[in-house]
Amino acid sequence: MRTLVSPLALRTPRGRIVYWTVLVVTVVGFTGAFVFPLFWMVTGALKSPDELAQIPPSFFPKTFDFQVYADAWDQLQLGVFLKNTVLYAGGAWLFTLAVDVTAAYALSKLRPVLGKLVLGAMLATLMIPPMVLLLPMYLVAKDVPLVHADLLNTPWAIWLPAAANGFFVFLLKRFFDSIPKELLEAAEIDGASPLRILWSIVLPVSRPIIGVVSILSVVTVWKDFVWPLLVLPETEKMSISVGIASLSAQMPQNVLIASLVIASLPTILVFFVFQRSIMSGLTAGSLKG
Amino acid sequence: MICFALFSWYPMVREIVLSFQQNNFVDPGKWVGFENFRTVFADPAFWAAWLNTAAFSGLALVIGYAVPFVLAVVLNELKHAKAYLRFVVYLPVMLPPAVAVLLFKWFYDPGSGLFNQALGVVHIPPLSWLDSTSTALISLVIVSTWMNLGTGTLIYLAALQSIPGDLYESAELDGAGLLKRVRHVTIPQTKLILLVMLLLQIVATMQVFIEPYLLTGGGPENATVTVAYLMYQYAFNFGDFGGGSALGLMLMVVLLVFSTIYLRVSREEAER
Repeated sequence: MRTLVSPLALRTPRGRIVYWTVLVVTVVGFTGAFVFPLFWMVTGALKSPDELAQIPPSFFPKTFDFQVYADAWDQLQLGVFLKNTVLYAGGAWLFTLAVDVTAAYALSKLRPVLGKLVLGAMLATLMIPPMVLLLPMYLVAKDVPLVHADLLNTPWAIWLPAAANGFFVFLLKRFFDSIPKELLEAAEIDGASPLRILWSIVLPVSRPIIGVVSILSVVTVWKDFVWPLLVLPETEKMSISVGIASLSAQMPQNVLIASLVIASLPTILVFFVFQRSIMSGLTAGSLKG
Repeated sequence: MICFALFSWYPMVREIVLSFQQNNFVDPGKWVGFENFRTVFADPAFWAAWLNTAAFSGLALVIGYAVPFVLAVVLNELKHAKAYLRFVVYLPVMLPPAVAVLLFKWFYDPGSGLFNQALGVVHIPPLSWLDSTSTALISLVIVSTWMNLGTGTLIYLAALQSIPGDLYESAELDGAGLLKRVRHVTIPQTKLILLVMLLLQIVATMQVFIEPYLLTGGGPENATVTVAYLMYQYAFNFGDFGGGSALGLMLMVVLLVFSTIYLRVSREEAER
């Protein structure tokens, strides 16, 4: 497919020179801007405090002392923070799927009365930026209306708000809408209940979109900072982002950097494995309307 | 059927209830009228916060809006290393923001920080990045742009790929040069996406919190206090939930204006 520059122009000698220059500049520039800071972080952690402070800095660490990673792990209780974060992200994932899949299925296929209104209300939640709702949400988590439970310092404070995600409901509903009616009607004639239809027909064919929602929900919770900062004030309960940030002032620089590396590994690994899904989720997100 | 309806309705109702409570929970406890607003208005940090937020958004737009578009246009022309470049540009987006911000805090370090070292190589005297009123806000914008650049780039890239090639071809036949083709084909064809992203960016950048919270604590001399950060301070440092909520409400009103325009534009985009 042709783009801005015509293939003909590229085949001229001048076109080739320009093309390769641009290519090299882009590759080098991107590597410098986006990979180099990460390289600096990983190697920086290996340097001793003296080497870190030295001017000019050394490009490669003199020693490969992985001890600092072990120190970071112990001193910062990274094990505890990581375990917490896994618990929060995993639980949020299960809740998100349970709540949003059923909600989207109900809206798309069961077509309840007022369904349009409910969908509208869910989409309206997308319009309201999370930051401005921070304080009222905090109050809700502190004292849940009707049941009067205090969710602070419990995983529920992360799980429940994470599940109430209008965007995921919308994504799922749009996918469910595209499943042919005949398929579901056939199952209904065979006597399958709506729950059974959801489980045995809708879910298996929706695997791609459920994958996207799963990854997005886990990554979102993993990366979140402000909300866990508010609702999980106990050091023992902190997520990894909050934990590192709150202990950062007391740590030697190289230990802190090592813990940054450890904290970013999981999301980077997820990105390596699932980049296709993540990027398709991204474009789906931009084109919502 | 009833059983299922119960299971699916309950969470929806909860979500609706929650969203209403969030909206209406402006003034918990005793009703004090506009007292909170008066307190907040009288705070010298108040106007600083709004100005900083506006400046942050403005700067973030100038850099964070144009750069991804240019990058996307360039990426779209390249035939090699595409997968690598796409992967790399999105890498910072995958870092937890707290990690990215703390990483940059180290880079900004006035002594041994990477940035001043790099400036030293080309014989530019070190900057005091976060410690000076003139550079602190810019420093925050740089971190924020670095973190979020990938999203915009990839979204523009997807939009660029949907432009029919014959438009460029006919423009070229009409004698349009490279820049003219960008102006008369690329930009009009991606106009709605550009507008949508502009509004999204405004809404996103005006909520900036984590950067001032972790990097500067609003200082030096209120140079980096933002509305969201001030709101947090009111509620959790000063113990004044009412004042914080008043700020939150003001921010919400401003952002809703942009959100409403966004909704209209994105609907137009969807209909296209």
